[in-house]
Amino acid sequence: MNEIRRAAPERFPGPASIAARGWLAAHRWLLLRRAAQLAFLGLFLSGPLFGLWIARGTLASSLTFDLLPLTDPLFALQSLLARHWPETTALIGAGIVFAGYAATRGRLYCSWVCPINLIADLALWLRRRLGWKKSLRLERATRYWLLGGILLAAALTGTIVWEQINPVTLVHRGLVFGGAALIGAAFAVAVAIFLFDLGVADRGWCGHLCPVGAFYGLIGAKGALAVALPRREACDECLDCFAVCPEPQVIGPVLRAPAEAGRLIRDGDCTACGRCIDVCHQSVFAFGGRT
Amino acid sequence: MTTSRREFFETAGRSACALGALGLGIAALAPESQGAAPVALRPPGARDGDRFLAACARCGLCVRACPYDTLRLARMTDDAPAGTPIYVARDVPCEMCPDIPCVGACPTGALDKSLADIAKARMGSAVLVSPETCLNVRGLRCDVCYRVCPLIEKAIALEAQHNAGTGRHVRFVPVVHAEACTGCGKCEKACVLDQAAIKVLPLALAAAKAGAHDVYGHRARTS
Repeated sequence: MNEIRRAAPERFPGPASIAARGWLAAHRWLLLRRAAQLAFLGLFLSGPLFGLWIARGTLASSLTFDLLPLTDPLFALQSLLARHWPETTALIGAGIVFAGYAATRGRLYCSWVCPINLIADLALWLRRRLGWKKSLRLERATRYWLLGGILLAAALTGTIVWEQINPVTLVHRGLVFGGAALIGAAFAVAVAIFLFDLGVADRGWCGHLCPVGAFYGLIGAKGALAVALPRREACDECLDCFAVCPEPQVIGPVLRAPAEAGRLIRDGDCTACGRCIDVCHQSVFAFGGRT
Repeated sequence: MTTSRREFFETAGRSACALGALGLGIAALAPESQGAAPVALRPPGARDGDRFLAACARCGLCVRACPYDTLRLARMTDDAPAGTPIYVARDVPCEMCPDIPCVGACPTGALDKSLADIAKARMGSAVLVSPETCLNVRGLRCDVCYRVCPLIEKAIALEAQHNAGTGRHVRFVPVVHAEACTGCGKCEKACVLDQAAIKVLPLALAAAKAGAHDVYGHRARTS
């Protein structure tokens, strides 16, 4: 099964699963994930739109129900490297977020919360629809170098330079705070990422470059939640899971491993988006936990 | 697989080069690296320059806490790093809330919680930038900037001067006392001219400093 890893996906993933298991079963986790992404955005938008304040702030730092502080631990780390000791509120918030993702799976943030995921998913879907195969070859490790780069830049300049260009908070801030200029900047960044992922590099931003995703992958590699392969024997090598997975390199080793090696995708890069579960017409995959 | 010493040093060396190149490349994006002096006004209690940018999460919680919608997040076109909180005095000045809710809302300490008295805030300083258009300097009794000042007589006072134009009248010239001015901007907002003759500038632009060698004879005599 060595060739699975390298073979380019030959067909648009999904129809086989819809035919075998019905439309709803073939989109279950996708629908739940879209609902979660919109709900997280809704928590921040209900205040400015309807005067019903639930979460204030942005994904960088927020306050929910005037009680629960949440802060991006990557932001807090950069602040420390820039030689500012944050207030207790931000430190507690960063601790809560860190603990939550470390206990489950760090990159849940990427596929269930981050607004950029919607753009990346759309670009990937269109790429598969168009059948475009050519792609700029990027190393998956590039994101770790970028992560190192933004931390080093914070230490060198004594400011959080990354926040100047961070597309995650730029887009979220634009959506939450509105205003033509903020939305304009957010829209420009979103379109740039879309075009990059569609025409330049397959799964380019989230899968190869984003240092925020790299950071969350590192803090949540040992968490309790993982995708399992309870029906691995049923795999008929259709490659649909590889075509749809944002981090396809995590599937191969578990799919190819001998039975006694375990059936969990432990790799920290896995975002637990559940698209492989949806798209597999043989129902090979399911969410599982570490024991 | 064994790694020779040569290979190890090559890998380590190339890694260090890559990290250094990326770090320096990203560092070049820092606003300070572009030589732009920030002219936008920051909320009360804001730390200075780099220190502020090391702390601010650009989360906008101060903006949400401001009851007068004075604060807003900077756009790409503003003279401040995008997403950081600023206010434009001529649009909406700071109302100097005694409980300073914006500072209380800041989760990171970019706004310093040790600021307890809003009168001690130093968001900037008012400067009479265009005396020749100021109605008071021209001999009229406008007085608006003086009347609206929350620290009237302390931050802005009217100084009676001889009006050489008529030779027989007094001009009441508005004089800002920077040591008391918080930079709230109510004077700039209220100035009746089409473009304000008095403007609030960040302290880095508004402040002057006497030469260390200066000697003030009259002070020397009285002390």
